[in-house]
Parts: sequence; structure tokens; C-alpha cells
Amino acid sequence: MEQLEKIFETRELNVNMGPQHPATHGVLRLVLDIDGETIVKVTPYVGYLHRGIEKLGESLTYFQALPLTDRMDYVSAMSNNIGYVIAVEKLFGIEAPERAKFIRTIVGEMSRIANHLLWLATHALDIGAMTVFLYCFREREWILDLYEMICGARLTVTYPRVGGVRNDVPQEFLDSLWKFTDEFPSRILEYETLIDQNRIWLKRTKGIGVISAEEAVSWGMTGPTLRGSGVPYDIRKHAPYDAYDKVEFDVPIGTEGDTYDRYRCRMLEFRQSNNIIRQCIEKLPAGPVMADAPKFTLQPKDAMFPITHPTKEHAFFIEEKTCKGCGMCMRACPAKAIFGEKKKPHKIKQELCLACANCYVTCKFKALKIVPGGKGLSDEKLAELAAAPVPEDIKKATEHLVEQFSFVKKGPRAPEGEIYVATEVPKGELGFYFVSDGSGKPYRMRLRAPSFIHAGCLPRLCVGHLVADVIAAIGTIDIVLGECDR
Amino acid sequence: MAVIEVRLSLPPKGLEAKEIAEKIKENFPDQVIDVAEFRDQVSVIVKKDQIISICKYLHDDPLLSLDHLQDLTAVDYSGKKDVRFEVVYNLYSIKYRHKIRIRAQVPEPNPKINSVVPIWAGANWHERECFDMFGIVFTGHPDLRRILLPEDWEGHPLRKDYPLKGPGPENDWPGFIEVLNRSKELKEFEWEG
Repeated sequence: MEQLEKIFETRELNVNMGPQHPATHGVLRLVLDIDGETIVKVTPYVGYLHRGIEKLGESLTYFQALPLTDRMDYVSAMSNNIGYVIAVEKLFGIEAPERAKFIRTIVGEMSRIANHLLWLATHALDIGAMTVFLYCFREREWILDLYEMICGARLTVTYPRVGGVRNDVPQEFLDSLWKFTDEFPSRILEYETLIDQNRIWLKRTKGIGVISAEEAVSWGMTGPTLRGSGVPYDIRKHAPYDAYDKVEFDVPIGTEGDTYDRYRCRMLEFRQSNNIIRQCIEKLPAGPVMADAPKFTLQPKDAMFPITHPTKEHAFFIEEKTCKGCGMCMRACPAKAIFGEKKKPHKIKQELCLACANCYVTCKFKALKIVPGGKGLSDEKLAELAAAPVPEDIKKATEHLVEQFSFVKKGPRAPEGEIYVATEVPKGELGFYFVSDGSGKPYRMRLRAPSFIHAGCLPRLCVGHLVADVIAAIGTIDIVLGECDR
Repeated sequence: MAVIEVRLSLPPKGLEAKEIAEKIKENFPDQVIDVAEFRDQVSVIVKKDQIISICKYLHDDPLLSLDHLQDLTAVDYSGKKDVRFEVVYNLYSIKYRHKIRIRAQVPEPNPKINSVVPIWAGANWHERECFDMFGIVFTGHPDLRRILLPEDWEGHPLRKDYPLKGPGPENDWPGFIEVLNRSKELKEFEWEG
């Protein structure tokens, strides 16, 4: 009898969901303990996408670590870049010029729209509304095309820079964006017609994953996920950065704290972002887009134009009497154009030379000479030309080049100290915590990723609901695993 | 419609960070080691023994009400400072818009500190990550396991003595070696088109 009872004993079923599951938005693995259809316990496992960005950041200069940040939340890479550069700017104690701030606000809000579009598309698809998916991607494509127009990349943009932005925006970009903001409100209505009052949508979202305001704060939720519970916490208002104190916008806040309210919050944020972009385009001031801080920012390329520009037709030449034959230039040459024996003067094969100036910067004995207009000449002719005094503009440009070379290699030296700077990215609060020891690399770089914390709340949101609601809960917290695992 | 739109009327700015630091000093005079300031951000460096009571005070005091744990992390100061680890708490008050940073010193060997999960539920995963990356044990944590790395991983990567390139091909994680061997085994079935 006892044995029979053991066989027919009611046990909880253990179901493995993911890591390869289309509804988990990446490689999230959930182990569900279910009693019938009801969830008893959820254990999330993350880390499948862990790339050690924090450790990598400690080995890179402040400039070099920037492209790592758009590999975190690849859905809204622009916002991550902006969060990073603002944190580094605050650490350096520099400020971007007004125009750059407005441009960053524009592209930041564009990324908010792009992120929410992807969220809406996949969230709706998970719950069962296929059409919304196609509609959302239509508009997202437009935004990605606009990104391509300003920086050449669609996803991993790396457009903002420490101290401003990479380049100014063209007029056609602003025109196309203005047209987008004209049309976008009607497109939002289109999505809402499909799902807002849809009975299935309401059944699947209302009363699902309810979390109270106090609990949401205690769990560390941020962004629309927190505001759906009725907490008016928006960093753009609480601690304005960029141009957010110069534009007017509202913060949508939910009351119930369920999946439907969080959905409504994001839908209203679409309209606010649209508004912010319009205001920014209207108010966009003229001026430079890079801060004037030579100690902390890269200088424009024009300053070293005479050397690095290929049309200048200059040649590099090793002076025989000064060359000690140390071989440093040979190792530095990327084209392997320099040859020679040890302790004997080296030579450059002119037909292989790329005129990159690597050898020039490396040489400690100043044996390398730049010969303007020396392209295609024979070695004897070059030696003759190299002996002549160097023109003033070349001299200036070379000095500048050497300065820039060491600046890029070692990175700008940040003052000693520690700083935590948070920005409002589409998913919540993205925080950067830097500990600087006064060198060109951060001593510690910490990323506070909203997805990581939201994924931690999943057990709290799912328990007591049905298995199908787990999908809704994953969708509503809007996570990207690239950011979660870092 | 459930969602209301608000033009955020911001709450008045609460205390200056320095005032909060003074308050902590008053209430826990023998715990505070130092107060550091950089770019208007104030950190209070404390001993680790009473971290729970300090955090509880900061969270519950009606004038402070630091209810939002922005971030919890650790820093390895090996060779730079006498005490190797520091656990860093970035706290923010949504009600009063003020913030403070607490840095608790955790010495070697056997770095150990009390968990703050009972105060902020969100500290759960942060502390697991700290344990994973630094090997700091949080006593009283409900479920202290590795989080980002596999459970049988050796070492704690964010420590300064851990090589940047990882453990190297010989001492690599067994799971990865297994995958490599398997790919070698399956090579004979590869399509030769």
C-alpha cells in the first residue's frame, strides 16, 4: 500500500524553459516548479551571454570601452552609449556643448521609441497578436535607417563621444525625422486599435504580475516597469542630464501595477518621446558638437591633415646617418615596408609604404623624415629633399600627431575619485560606477543594468499565475539578456 | 483608463549628502571611518560589523527614507589599500531626491559581510554577483550561489589577481573542454561539399 502511495503521490512537475526558447527574449533559462498549471516556484538562470564587460573595461581606456556598451542592450544601443559618455564626462569634469546635448537627447529618445517598438512587437507576438509585430517593425526600420544616416550603423552605433557626438547631423536627417514625428502618432493609434481594447489582450494582461509600489521599489525596479506601479521616479526629471531640463514632457504613471498598466505606460511614453524629439528639433541651437577640452577629448582630424591625408603625396624616409638600426620602426610598421639588418641603417620600400606615420612616431632618434611631395621618387632624390629644412606647417602637424598618438594610446588621465552616474534608458536606470586611480584606465567599471535586476524579480511576478502568464511576465519587464549578463 | 499622465511635480530636494553623512556619524560614531567627497558625491566609509543596522536606519528613518538601492557592488583594492575589499551601496531616496554612498570595508582572508536582502529585496542578485565575481560571502543571504558564471567555475574573475585572458587553455572550465572535444568527435560527419 505504501509503495502504491509512493507511485501515485502528487508531485510538482519540474519544467525547464529555455535557454533556447523564443519567448524568453534571448538566452534566459527558467526552471519552473508547477502544480498542474499553477506556478509554485521559478528559478531563473542567467549568464549564458556573459562576456566580462566589467573586467574588459578595466583593461581599456575610457575611449576604447565605449563600443562595449552598445553590445550590452543591443536593442537601444544609443541610450547605453549616452549613459556611458555622460558618466565619463562627469568623471572628467567636462561638459558637452549645447548642440551636442540636444542631438544626444534626440537620438536618445529615438532609441526609446525603437526599443519600445521592439518590446511591443515581441510582447504582443508572445501573447498571440501577430499583426502588431509586423507594424512595429515597419516603424523601427525607419528609425534604424535614420541612425544609418548619421553614423553608418544601424544597431551598434557608437555615435556619442565623450564630450559631445561624433559628427553633426545633416539637414536631411532632421527633415526625415520631422516627417517621422508627424506620422508616428497616427501609427501608435494603429497599434492601439489592434490590441488596446482587444478582449484576449485584456484577459492576458489585466491583473497579471501585479506588484505594489513599495515592493517594486524594494526590488530595485526602475523605468516604465516601476512607473506602472505608480511610483513617479524618472531620472530625466529627478536629475536632468543633456537637454531634458529644456524640454517639456509628462511622465505616465500607472495605478494597478499589472502588466496592462506597464503596457499603457510605454504606449504613452511613445507620445512623450515623439514630443521631446519635436521640441528638440525646433530648439536645436547652432554651434560645435564637441567640447573644447583638449586634455580629455580627441582633436579634429583636420589638425594633422598635412601628414595623414593621402592626397598630400608625402613620403617617409630614413636618414642613414641618424638611424641606429634598433628595429623599432620595423616592428611598428603595419605594412612591413621597412627592412634592414640589426645595428645597420634601415630602409623603407616606398611601394609598400602606407604613409601611416607609425614609424615616425615610434623612432626615438628622429631618423625618420617626412618629405612632402616625395611620393614615387627614388631614394637618392628623397635623401636630397630630406636634407632640406622642414616647412613650418609640416613641423606643427607632426608635433600634433605625436601628441595625439600618445594621447590615444594612454588615454586621458581621469582625476582620482569615484562616481556613480545614472541615466534613464528605455528599460530603466542604467548606472555606471567608476573608480579612478588617476590613470588612463578605470580601476573599476561597474554597470548597473536594469535588465539584470528586472530578471531577478521574475520569481516574484510569476508565482501563483499560470504557465502561460510566465511569457507575459517576461515580456512586461522588458529584458534583454545581453545587458543582463554583460 | 488605468494610466494617468502626470507632469511630475518634483518633491523638494531633501538633505545634502554631507548632512546625511553627519547623521550617520552622529548615530554610529564608532562605525564611521572616513567621509570622502568627489564631484558632489559623498561616500561614507564604514566598518562592516553593523552594516545591517546602518542600512536599516538609512532605509527607515522618516527624514532619510533611502528606499531605492541603486546599486550594490564591490571593489578590489588589493595592494592599494590596507583593507582589500569594499562593498559599495549606492542609495537614493525617491521621496526626497537625495543620495549617499556607503562603502563597507571587508578585510581578507575569508571576506564576509552581512546580507541586506531583508531591507532591499533587490539586493539578492547584486549580492550573488558580488559573491560570484569577488568571492565575498554574504551571511544571511537566502540563496547564495554563483549567478553569471557556471557553478563549477574556479576563481573570482573581478579580483585583481585574476588574469584578464582567463584561466588559459589547460585549466579551462571543464564544460568548455567537453564542448571542444565533442566538436572534434563530430568533425568526421562534416559535410564535404
